[in-house]
Amino acid sequence: MTGKLLTVAGLRAGYGSVAVLQGVSLDVAAGQIVAIVGPNGAGKTTLMSAIMGLLPRQGEVRLDAAAAGSTAAMVAAGVVLVPETRALFADMSVADNLLLGAYPRRRAARTDRDAARADVFALFPRLAERRHQHAATLSGGERQMLALGRALMARPRLLLLDEPSLGLAPRIVRDIFRVLADLRTRGLSILLVEQNARAALDIADYGYVLELGEIVLEGPSAELAHDARVIATYLGTGRQT
Amino acid sequence: MTPFVFLALLQDGLTSGAIYLLLAMGLLIVFSVTRVIFVPQGDLLALATLTVAQLQAGGVPGTLWLLDALALAALLGEIAGGRTTRRTLAAWLIYPAALTAACWFGPRTDPWFAMLLGIAIVTPFGPLAWRFVFRPAADASLLALLILAMALHFVLAGVGMVLFGPDGASVAPLTSATLMAGPLAISGQSLAVVAICAALVGGLRWFFGATLTGKALRATASDRLGARLVGIDAAESGARAFALAAFVAALSGVLIGAVTPIAYDTGFEIGLKGFVAAIIGGLASYPAAAAGAVLVGVLESLGSFWASAWRDVIVFALLIPVLAWLSLRQRAAGEP
Ligand SMILES: Nc1ncnc2c1ncn2[C@@H]1O[C@H](COP(=O)(O)OP(=O)(O)OP(=O)(O)O)[C@@H](O)[C@H]1O
Ligand SMILES: [Mg+2]
Repeated sequence: MTGKLLTVAGLRAGYGSVAVLQGVSLDVAAGQIVAIVGPNGAGKTTLMSAIMGLLPRQGEVRLDAAAAGSTAAMVAAGVVLVPETRALFADMSVADNLLLGAYPRRRAARTDRDAARADVFALFPRLAERRHQHAATLSGGERQMLALGRALMARPRLLLLDEPSLGLAPRIVRDIFRVLADLRTRGLSILLVEQNARAALDIADYGYVLELGEIVLEGPSAELAHDARVIATYLGTGRQT
Repeated sequence: MTPFVFLALLQDGLTSGAIYLLLAMGLLIVFSVTRVIFVPQGDLLALATLTVAQLQAGGVPGTLWLLDALALAALLGEIAGGRTTRRTLAAWLIYPAALTAACWFGPRTDPWFAMLLGIAIVTPFGPLAWRFVFRPAADASLLALLILAMALHFVLAGVGMVLFGPDGASVAPLTSATLMAGPLAISGQSLAVVAICAALVGGLRWFFGATLTGKALRATASDRLGARLVGIDAAESGARAFALAAFVAALSGVLIGAVTPIAYDTGFEIGLKGFVAAIIGGLASYPAAAAGAVLVGVLESLGSFWASAWRDVIVFALLIPVLAWLSLRQRAAGEP
């Protein structure tokens, strides 16, 4: 296995006096997709925020074996979060949203940014068609594409995705996951939080199950997908993709 | 009222309307980026007029020493926090030192030199207000920020009183030319004010629409979390917004100070009128704020002709129907 890109050990975080994460440990190796599944309220979003430095954290978060710093330092080190709310610039155009996605690399050559945008437009031709439209007027699926596209404009090394399939039709979910698998082949590492456990475990290399702020199960995703508990709770009837 | 008087009043109204528009833009920029209602903007306006007046009279304004002291404090703060960068050195060491030298050795009685120098002295008070008053409370509630803004207004008005005394002062006009259009005398100063305001509004449009720095400011206003996640520094955005607002206020002080004498406590009221214009714009829309500013200026000017004692009553009472209409429209649009 290649080196560890992200190491999280004994991570505790919460909101004020409310403790949510009770000591979470996980690893993301370079070039891997790692999935985290778990029920509503398990602390998945909290975990992403804590890794990103948006919440005060206790415990260890390491990037390339160096202690991770503030949100700004994480962004500068090539870690980009697509949050559950997407946090798009609603009253700005698609083109401006993408441009600002490249803000961490604003000192790079202009051609570099244009190349990144061409890549994004190649992945999501729909965004190219809508480039002058305000983000607020995009459809749900288009907003998702824009959120992912804006993240890719920074040319991240590690992408943190909080429920990229949220509220999307199965076909678009498939498209998005195909894009993620494609990004991995280009060397991008992805930490993926998903309700849609089947789709997530299908593309992931490794998976964790988070319940009540603790990792209760982990393993290569092919094994997890055959675990009786996972099947009963997360892959059972009703959730098809 | 003869049409002739009406046109003369209209001219006055448009001139002050242009200045209210500048102030409204400053308020909108600061509010949308930092959520602060920058009440002390009017006090910065007054400080600018008084600073320039004192320079033109050959004196060294107290605001210069105040700037030096506060900049030094900011610099020491950065050093203590281990955050000294080339930019903080430029802003808090080189810039104030250069201004002090310019004031000391430069031709400060030259009207133009004094105006530029005065604007350059007052503009940094915006970022300083952010650095020392609002940034430490950046996550506080809107109400807490408003109370801080009110407190800072009283502090700055007091500082103006101490540094410049209670008397009003005027600055030299940009031009004393007068244009005759039939029986109507159009003052060159009015034309200059309107032209400068129009140019500045155009410049701001360009800044926010075409530059990465401007777009980063809009991004902070649009979505704080999103801005943070693309690496935009909220502290820096705040400093830039306050710098723009203070610059606009200082420029307004120089423009209006040639028309009306300004004392340490006049600025607040002028700032409030900019605020009315901004409210008419719904604290969000620039074209609506422009219409509001012109409306306030013209109403005020006509009001002073018919019932000068009621002038301000008319302008501020305008807020009530406007706010009622805005909230009705909002309800009609389905917002709670
Ligand atoms: N800002 C907050 N203040 C207080 N408690 C919060 C806050 N945000 C989340 N919580 C609580 O923290 C717990 C974990 O929330 P979190 O959003 O991390 O769950 P999640 O696993 O992402 O759930 P979902 O699948 O519904 O997105 C929940 O019990 C939630 O109520
Ligand atoms: Mg969540």
